Amino acid sequence: MRKLSLDRLDTLFAAIAAEHTLYLPVDGKAGARFEKWEDGKVLSDALNTVRSPKDFFFPQTDNLMDFKTEGKKIEIIDTREECEDFVIFGVRACDVRAFEVLDRVFLAEPADSYYENRRKHGILVSLACNKPLETCFCGTFGIDAAAPEGDIVCHKTADALYLDAETEKGEALLKALEAVTEEADAAPVEEQKAVIRERLAKLPLADLSADAFGAGKTDALFDAPEWAELAESCLGCGTCTFVCPTCQCYDIKDFNTGHGVKRFRCWDSCMYSDFTKMSAGQPRLTQKERFRQRFMHKLVYYPTNNDGLFSCVGCGRCVAKCPIHMNIVKVMKKLGGRANG
Amino acid sequence: MVDMKEPLMPKIGVVTDIRIDTPDVKTFRVVTPDGKKAFEHMPGQCAMLSVPGVGEAMFSITSSPTNEEYMEFSIKKCGCVTEWLHSMEVGQEITIRGPYGRPFPVDTEFAGKNLLFIAGGIGLAPLRSVINYCRHYRDRYGEIDVVYGSRSMQDLVDYKEIIDEWTKDSGVHVHLTIDREQPEWDGHVGFVPNYVKELGFDTNKIAVLCGPPIMIKFTLAGLQELGFEKTQVYTTLELRMKCGIGKCGRCNVGAKYVCKDGPVFRFDELDTLPDEY
Amino acid sequence: MQEVKRETLISKAAALLADGTVTRVLGWKAGEFAYDVTPAVFRSAEELEKDFVFDDFCGANFSKYLIKETAKEDGKVLVFLKPCDTYSFNQLLTEHRFDREKVYAVGVPCNGMLDVNRIRTVADGIVAVREEGEEVLVDTLYDGTKTLKRAELLPDRCVHCKSKKHVAYDELLGEDGEVLDSARFDEVEKLEKMTPDERFAFWQKELSRCIRCNACRDVCPACTCEKCVFDNPNSGVENKAAANSFEEKMFHIIRAFHVVGRCTDCGECSRVCPQHIPLHLLNRKFIKDIDGFYGEYQAGAEVGSRAPIVNYTTEDIEPGEAVERGEGNA
Repeated sequence: MRKLSLDRLDTLFAAIAAEHTLYLPVDGKAGARFEKWEDGKVLSDALNTVRSPKDFFFPQTDNLMDFKTEGKKIEIIDTREECEDFVIFGVRACDVRAFEVLDRVFLAEPADSYYENRRKHGILVSLACNKPLETCFCGTFGIDAAAPEGDIVCHKTADALYLDAETEKGEALLKALEAVTEEADAAPVEEQKAVIRERLAKLPLADLSADAFGAGKTDALFDAPEWAELAESCLGCGTCTFVCPTCQCYDIKDFNTGHGVKRFRCWDSCMYSDFTKMSAGQPRLTQKERFRQRFMHKLVYYPTNNDGLFSCVGCGRCVAKCPIHMNIVKVMKKLGGRANG
Repeated sequence: MVDMKEPLMPKIGVVTDIRIDTPDVKTFRVVTPDGKKAFEHMPGQCAMLSVPGVGEAMFSITSSPTNEEYMEFSIKKCGCVTEWLHSMEVGQEITIRGPYGRPFPVDTEFAGKNLLFIAGGIGLAPLRSVINYCRHYRDRYGEIDVVYGSRSMQDLVDYKEIIDEWTKDSGVHVHLTIDREQPEWDGHVGFVPNYVKELGFDTNKIAVLCGPPIMIKFTLAGLQELGFEKTQVYTTLELRMKCGIGKCGRCNVGAKYVCKDGPVFRFDELDTLPDEY
Repeated sequence: MQEVKRETLISKAAALLADGTVTRVLGWKAGEFAYDVTPAVFRSAEELEKDFVFDDFCGANFSKYLIKETAKEDGKVLVFLKPCDTYSFNQLLTEHRFDREKVYAVGVPCNGMLDVNRIRTVADGIVAVREEGEEVLVDTLYDGTKTLKRAELLPDRCVHCKSKKHVAYDELLGEDGEVLDSARFDEVEKLEKMTPDERFAFWQKELSRCIRCNACRDVCPACTCEKCVFDNPNSGVENKAAANSFEEKMFHIIRAFHVVGRCTDCGECSRVCPQHIPLHLLNRKFIKDIDGFYGEYQAGAEVGSRAPIVNYTTEDIEPGEAVERGEGNA
């Protein structure tokens, strides 16, 4: 384990940025967001960024390929480029777990090369959550905010940042940072973890249970009458989907630039009315069905296909951002009793 | 350049023949620019065709895998991409990727069995591939019945092939029907579900259904009246798709993705899915 | 703090349910925390007693919900309307978007609603929120209780409240207020004083945060098209994400144009924006221009009024002059 004093964070960032592009959460008008570090940019104290770091691997808009057409001829232009190594600093435990959720979709055969390329070159430096918020419920899904996963895992104490490598990628980076860090004892980190765990246990959503959900619970939950009430005031917007670190549905669209065609992929939402609409019909007619799909997918369908892993990580972004304050916590509380009984 | 395979990256396909099947269905023959098949497939599988700038859409591959020269797609005009495809001329290039989905179990569960294919309208398109596959390997299967109906005689897809080839095969029995009387038609008149019941098949066979949802619903009920179990009846689903590889989330029904876990399903499998297809 | 208490609203609603005036009540439902109230339909006094809330976080404008709610079933629905909501209510009636006969509207006075995002900028980990006079006490997870000034926690739409007067109701709880002489165009004037380049840079920066969630559109009481052009695959603009950097501007500007003369300045667009984009400023610019070109006009002030944009008179400003004056102050 290595450490450096908190007043020398800039030295650390400069050392990382000397080798790789470095991104970290920076405070802004609408809250924190990941920005490219350059001299003068300060690491945000905010717990969560407004947009999750999924953007780094699965950006909202992603150019897939270009086409040139002439007469009856088409030329396909592969615009993919091997990306450079980059470092994302300050990723929270929930968001790190979200990458595992995304990996199981995008890296499953046949792997998505756009995602894989960036994932291969991205180095995750996670940061334990000293002050988890009232909207946090990562513990519900077995995530420990005191001990995140990541290539390098960081803990902040009152005066120092502790860094520990968890993977080969992390070890290589930490080795390169030996000049700006010093060897450290793990005791302060253990103390910090204990403080965090005590805080986590006292959070208002600490007792939220996912026991009623998971693989194979479709029949128990799909026809629950509560869906109608839960979905009643849903606006059908995509806020929850787009701030969610695990939502990965996408659309593929063509855009004619006037000089050729760009085929791009963009985030899409199962909350949108046209998501499943076909010329021939619409399998999800009302917002109730679309609303149900989102939560059934996170809490039942995804776990069914992925060894019980939930595709919610309890980051609380939707809890904070839904315009009508309907969210997965309310859904789980409402339906929890039903599936247990 | 990234040295990785990319499932969303298509190939170029050249349309070498366009056949007008019905007033709103055309069949397109597609090969690669060097005259080969774009890829191998099995009956019931699909491919993504696209016109750059217009969009991409999923179509079932109508030709049989036993056709070694080209692939065919019978496409009904009903949206942006299909309208564009209908307006193009021979020689036009499009893009193609695939094959996608789980095919009909032609070499396992269908092997050695009597087969009953029931189609309505454009629903013949996905079945043509499997019917021609079974005709090609005629000795691997028992008796084959085909019940096919459409609005009118002019709306029967592949009418020429059915009359010239299918009806001439031994052990292949074709039963055509149209919805309303027509002067030039001397065959059966009536809806497919009723015709199936009238024909009164025995249950010693596997049935495969494809057509509009209402036809599927009543035909399945009719087959059950005749004593068929859901484990004997197959269909192929159509949902909106974008990626074809179970990632974009669009065709997700319950824990299944129609693009990769389907489009072919047995009715007892469908019973385990939420009713959202 | 709100003048009218939760209990008053509950007893009013329960009485109207009991005497059969209404079959259901559109109200606010308590959430997990102090601030996360959700619009909901209540059907009995028991449901109301259990979950109904009315406090400083009940900011949602219910007018648009009436379209769906009145179409759903027979019988009247009770709706509680704050003064600003009543303008949207009238505007929707003007556009024949719901059946007035199926609504029983109760006006509720409003002292301005709190913006939880403003609280968050000064107090993380909100556990509870209480009010004492002009002060708001926020219990936090780690910093104890923070005492904040209520006036500093109001969203822009309440800081610049245009009216405390209800322009539509069947019944009014408490005292009605007056139309206010608000300074709501101050921010617009600041934008007008910018050079075109500065203004472009301002909107570029603000709109670059847009994630195209469509919450602004979906909550907007003026956006009631059955099928939005941005959801129509045949429109050529149906994209969920920008294909190029100009597209977000297109989306928001087209939307602003589309609600000209119909936007009542209810401020829901900015309230729901997860990226805190001051979308209401686009609409206020149009309102200010209409006021300047055609004389003061407040959409929704009365049912059936015709917005100057759709009401030709011989006194109307000539297009040429409008352009000139627009360039002068825009």
